[in-house]
Amino acid sequence: MVKIPYYPGCAVQTTARNYSISGIAVAKKLGIELVELPKWNCCGVFPSLATDDLMRHLAPIRNLIHVQEMNENGIVQNENRVITFCSMCYHTLKEANLFLKDAEKMEKINTFLEREKEFVGGVKEGYKGGVEALDFLEVLRDIVGYDRITKEVKKPLKGLKVAPYYGCLVLRPREIGIDDPENPTILEDILEALGAEVIDNPNRTQCCGSYHTVDRKDIVAKLTYDNLVYPIRNGAEVIVTCCPLCTFNLDHRQKEARKLRRDLQEIPVMYYTQLMAIAFGLDKQFWGVDLGLHYVDPKPLLKAKNLY
Amino acid sequence: MTEAEREIKEKVRIYIMGREYKVPAGLTIMKAMEYAGYRFIRSSGCRGGFCGACATIYRVKGDYKLRMALACQETVEDGMYISQIPFTPAEKPIYNLEELSPSANVFLEYYPEIAKCVSCNTCTKACPQDLEVMDYVQAALRGDFQEVASLSFDCIACGLCATRCPAEIVPYNIALLARRLYGKYVMPKAKHVEERIKEIESGKFNEEIQKLMDTGLRDLKEIYEKREIEPE
Amino acid sequence: MDLVEKVKSISGEDVLSCYQCGLCSGSCPVRFAMDLSPTQVIRLVQVGNIEKILESNTFWICSTCFACHARCPREINITRIMEALRQIRLRRDQDKISVNKIPKEELKILPPIALVSNFRKTTA
Repeated sequence: MVKIPYYPGCAVQTTARNYSISGIAVAKKLGIELVELPKWNCCGVFPSLATDDLMRHLAPIRNLIHVQEMNENGIVQNENRVITFCSMCYHTLKEANLFLKDAEKMEKINTFLEREKEFVGGVKEGYKGGVEALDFLEVLRDIVGYDRITKEVKKPLKGLKVAPYYGCLVLRPREIGIDDPENPTILEDILEALGAEVIDNPNRTQCCGSYHTVDRKDIVAKLTYDNLVYPIRNGAEVIVTCCPLCTFNLDHRQKEARKLRRDLQEIPVMYYTQLMAIAFGLDKQFWGVDLGLHYVDPKPLLKAKNLY
Repeated sequence: MTEAEREIKEKVRIYIMGREYKVPAGLTIMKAMEYAGYRFIRSSGCRGGFCGACATIYRVKGDYKLRMALACQETVEDGMYISQIPFTPAEKPIYNLEELSPSANVFLEYYPEIAKCVSCNTCTKACPQDLEVMDYVQAALRGDFQEVASLSFDCIACGLCATRCPAEIVPYNIALLARRLYGKYVMPKAKHVEERIKEIESGKFNEEIQKLMDTGLRDLKEIYEKREIEPE
Repeated sequence: MDLVEKVKSISGEDVLSCYQCGLCSGSCPVRFAMDLSPTQVIRLVQVGNIEKILESNTFWICSTCFACHARCPREINITRIMEALRQIRLRRDQDKISVNKIPKEELKILPPIALVSNFRKTTA
């Protein structure tokens, strides 16, 4: 079992618990123990896109420092990788490293952080660089490998018609993305390894409306309609996602999307890790389908396919 | 000359709201201000570091750092520029604890602005109680009310964190909600309190209270002076 | 600093290299809700008419999806230009949304990341 630091993030601890519960169990099955950072804070969700807004980079950098500390405290040995499930967390942590390539900015931030030494719980040392943020999808492709995933499958998802949906932040910009920003295949490859029937989703890299879900539900409703109607027309029975905010918009905002266009059928939205937990034959508690977090309940579909 | 006498003899220069005063070294900020002729009608309470009323911001000449303290606890230093913070206008939503449950989003529901936290840690630096304020705000963001309650246990609600927060969060009110939830949902009910409440309601102490009410001020003071105090 | 310089300095992007091909607007998933298209916004920055952009809703509607940036043949990070425009408004302490007016029923179910990212983009 290889031990790798794990940064949960706020969403997978609350509205997306089904993601982390299934993901941690799947990782374990694949020989990876995700060791939660002993201390962590919200990543900031979006990296600052302004050249002069240093303060908004503090949040992700703090988390990278905590990975550094885990090594110093012997919680992990020489392990500079940190794994996340949430696309937004991944994006922000990864961006922080790119940003810190500017030595002058890195020094400015470290000077600020190192002044915390005298305070309880303050950062003791600045960031030395070199902590690598990994999205769990990358881990599955590059560290675990699709063959190993196929080997773990006990209950192939035969006949389950799944449309993948990536959203934006694991793919773009190119220097952050884990796959081709225009034509990603990582979710498709995993779904095939699980024995599912992959349905073409022309909208799989389109935005879900993101944070507009707070104050512009009309925008999100339109996007949710578009993002669901095409895969449904192609025959999809379930949408598979990798980001808690995409998931919320595609799942919960179906209510608003259906108000906008009544022809939209309801369709369940699940994390790829949930389908993996099911295909691996893990105990039901690790599927995350009984936590009341889904707006459209996936259980009727799973039952119909003899999976639940 | 004894140590105590020397301390009184030694004077330090402090600046209260811009005006210079020479005060004996070794005094607390609060005592020094009173020595300088100020009379506290606000910003003073228990004088023991518990009530949080005497939040103070100061800077020492030659040092860029803005420092936070409780006036009743911090000793004056030479070259201190002192300003009292009478109180912090703080957002405090009304909620009914009976209707609240410790759900994941309970803090976001009443204090959505916690989502503005940028993890700058300025609040922690401001806390005169040495609490890890940022860490409990972050725990609140992910709904971990037990962590918030335990990290904020020693909070005295002085308000300094709220005055410093660039995201305009009021950490201490969030902490208060967490401790209330903790008290309601986690702490075992205190049997003796319930019993005592029943005793009070049944009128067991009515006679004694009436006796106190009928006692004159001087006698009351005497009773107070003679009261039993728990040994330290 | 004049506003054009401000946009350039906050975004760090070279707007002059844009040759107005329109691919950004064609790629934008939220163009339908914008009054000026991303291409028009870049043109207005080029000619120095920032005031007109600041009157538009375009940079508030941008959802930071980076689709325009991924496809720009001139490799301009248009998303950063939208951020610079938001920052110009937000740095004057003008919130775009009213945090206090978000309905309680929504606050009960929204993922924390929705609120964190929204407030980063719409509050000072």
